[in-house]
Amino acid sequence: MQNRLRIRLLVGALVTVHAAVIFAGFFAPYDAKEQNRNLPYAPPTRLHFTGATGFHLRPFVYAAVYDPNGYREDRAREYPVHFFVRGASYSVLGIFTSGVHLISVGDPARIMLAGADAFGRDEFSRLLFGGQLSLAAGLLATLLTLAAAALVGTISGFYGGWIDESLMGISELFLSLPWLYFLLGVRAFLPLHISPLGTFLLLIGIIGLIGWARPARLVRGVVLSARARNYVAAARGFGGSDFYLLRRHILPETFGALLTQAALLVPLYVAAEATLSFFGLGVSEPVPSWGNMLAALQHYSVLVSYGWLLAPAAALVVTSVIYGMLADALHPRQS
Amino acid sequence: MKAIARLALVVCLCAAVSAASAPTPQPVNQGEELARVDGATGRYGGHLIVGQRSEPKTLNPVTATDAVSREVFERLHADLIEINRSTQKTEPALAKSWKMSPDGRTFTLKLRKGIRFSDGQPFDADDVVFTFTVYLDEAVSSPQRDLLLIDGKPLTISKVDQYTVRFTLPRPYAAAERLFDSFAILPRHILEKPYRDGKFVQAWALNTSPNEIAGLGPFRVKQYWPGQRILLERNPYYWKADKNNHRLPYLDELVFLFVGSEDAQVMRFEAGETDLINRLSSENYSLLSKEQSRTGAQLADLGPSLEYNFLVFNQNDLAGKKLDGIARKQVWFQDLKFRQAVSAAVDRDSIVKLVYGSRGTALWGNVGPGNKLWANQSIPHPQRSVETARQLLKAAGFTWNASGQLFDRAGQPVEFSIATSSSNAQRMKMATLLQDDLSHLGMQVHVVPLDFRAMIDCVFQSFDYEAAIMGLGGGDADPNPEMNVWLSSGSTHLWHMNEAQSATAWEREIDQLMNEQMVTLDYQKRKKLYDRVQQIISEQMPFIFLATPNILAGAKGDVGNFQPALLDHYTLWNADQIYLRNTESAGAR
Repeated sequence: MQNRLRIRLLVGALVTVHAAVIFAGFFAPYDAKEQNRNLPYAPPTRLHFTGATGFHLRPFVYAAVYDPNGYREDRAREYPVHFFVRGASYSVLGIFTSGVHLISVGDPARIMLAGADAFGRDEFSRLLFGGQLSLAAGLLATLLTLAAAALVGTISGFYGGWIDESLMGISELFLSLPWLYFLLGVRAFLPLHISPLGTFLLLIGIIGLIGWARPARLVRGVVLSARARNYVAAARGFGGSDFYLLRRHILPETFGALLTQAALLVPLYVAAEATLSFFGLGVSEPVPSWGNMLAALQHYSVLVSYGWLLAPAAALVVTSVIYGMLADALHPRQS
Repeated sequence: MKAIARLALVVCLCAAVSAASAPTPQPVNQGEELARVDGATGRYGGHLIVGQRSEPKTLNPVTATDAVSREVFERLHADLIEINRSTQKTEPALAKSWKMSPDGRTFTLKLRKGIRFSDGQPFDADDVVFTFTVYLDEAVSSPQRDLLLIDGKPLTISKVDQYTVRFTLPRPYAAAERLFDSFAILPRHILEKPYRDGKFVQAWALNTSPNEIAGLGPFRVKQYWPGQRILLERNPYYWKADKNNHRLPYLDELVFLFVGSEDAQVMRFEAGETDLINRLSSENYSLLSKEQSRTGAQLADLGPSLEYNFLVFNQNDLAGKKLDGIARKQVWFQDLKFRQAVSAAVDRDSIVKLVYGSRGTALWGNVGPGNKLWANQSIPHPQRSVETARQLLKAAGFTWNASGQLFDRAGQPVEFSIATSSSNAQRMKMATLLQDDLSHLGMQVHVVPLDFRAMIDCVFQSFDYEAAIMGLGGGDADPNPEMNVWLSSGSTHLWHMNEAQSATAWEREIDQLMNEQMVTLDYQKRKKLYDRVQQIISEQMPFIFLATPNILAGAKGDVGNFQPALLDHYTLWNADQIYLRNTESAGAR
């Protein structure tokens, strides 16, 4: 019972994260690509409740002003935070477009909850929009991997013999390739410019196809043991076809393993997207993803000076932990 | 653990022993014609540690092509005439004086008498003749050989007497004395044998025994640890002395530590493991300046460098190259109005602010304000104007659709990619800014980060790119090194490589002007010619100039005579005068 509650809480947390990312346009105060060239590396905007005229229930911010010693708040004027304000238009999953944002402040002040990057773009907005790409890549690549793994693993485990041996041989080959170097090499052969959508699909394809080998071996193991069960032998004795046996008895056995694998693979693949984008193999500027946002931290001076740019790493960790805990919670229930 | 401790002890001992055994400067002999340096005086002793990007590839100054090797061997050798990096003017070096014949074709150089190589052997005219014979030998294929060819004909050198040499040029050559700055004079007594045996190219590799390497520079090789560092020690016979007649250099030893990227170098410098840092990005500079009160480091912002960063459109001849997609876009790239529109839309001030942290200068021409002798001050610096850009595009027949996207006459959307080296963070940032700037004109621009080598291959060989952000310049202030960029036949004529003949009238005019300035000896006349070249370039915009970074450098607080300059090598050019104020602590390091 307690485990069920845990799973519910974790799924709830995951839904929250994904909803925040899907409705990024609404939660993000600004467009992800909008540069504000007067505010490079501006620190996170502080929300204030007490100002010159005492305490306000409605939080307000001060405009950031650059001076040679860094940024300071211009205390001359308070900019209250407004809710449900019309701003830059965005689309949600390509289904509908809107211009309403959860929060906003009047110009020239900016509300940048996670600071700004080198181009004065709002890191918080980029984090949400970048999550769309990173999480979608993780989920879709997981689907692709598991589909491939289920197919290969089932065929391999069910039919055995030379089919099994050759398929598992290929999977061993895939496990032993040094992928990162291989990918860096592959990039050199691709055309110079690939559209963001093309890159996205390519990323999913690459990540998904690289990862199939390990879960396929797992599925094969489950299928192997299921095949040897007495009830399967009985069903076969009654004249059940291969397809019937797979559908009725064997594949259901693998669901538990696949579900646990999914919870493990999604964060892994989100991180894989981040790794590839970090090395310049992912989507390129100005489209944000958690990986290419983190790439800015490759530079020592940025890393030590502008801590708020680590926000995508924090998001990555939180997402991974939730998925990891979910995998953990799912596992005992299924076994 | 114990082993490590023991190793550390051994290393310490080695350091102590090596510091103790640095050669003492030789007393000044009668009749030795030393050069006097009038700068601040210093004190003897200590060793200076400098971080390097990588290991040098060779110690052979004739065949070396990489900047890292140059950094090291330039401390080992000397030239006939030097360019003072600080004043940007020429100074007598191994040649104590020189005279040009009235027709500008012969140069007679008087050499210093009584000076010796770092192994104690005397130096005279035979060494000079030998050196230039080697540099000119096609079999050696020195990258500097081209500098000695004028109109494809080599200059000739002859020995007049033991301390006089004469160079004869095929035709007058402006600022010819500046040429001598990059030719290290070699010891004939060591290198003649390998040269005669046809083994010159292999001579002076990194693993060559230090006794077999000698030069006229302030330092000589003492030891080399592969992959770690190279240790140079004082040349006790060096031919420069300070105003108190103390023979230079002051430092006992100079260590080059192979550290890695600029970030790694900054971290080593911050940790106090290196004493000098050569070129800093503005971000690292501000990082170090924040800690300045704690570390007491000396930081120098020398103002705009001679480097120019620019956007170049591919105007190469693509016939037979199967690059139809790019060839179609060349209609825009070859349209001056299109280039002018792009230039007008570029927000150069933002580049300076965001890319260089305001430690840089916007550029509208190839010669920036850092080059005081040659910059054409009359080149206009128009403010960014999207409106002007739109008018230019409209005049060139471009149109916009309802959502603001730009289309050409043929109804094709204006979309192109800008390639840039992924390892250069500054140029990557410029590309992202340009992408945003040009989106205001309805142009769809993609940024393509490429590995540096892939990038060079695209631009110089395959021409498989649409536009690129690159940087050039920075070697010398004189116009002559720029010849290969602006001559139609030049090897760095990036926008249109391998032109059989000038494709346009203005390129023809540049060819003529550049060739003329090369043979004009009078500075004022040359300046006028080069001013015109700059004017044509800024009008025709084969490159869209963006910005130049400031030269930023740093040194530890106790480094004396730290006088970084705008020319390469920015910090070590006066290594012979650098000293440590506190040599006891330096020795203990």
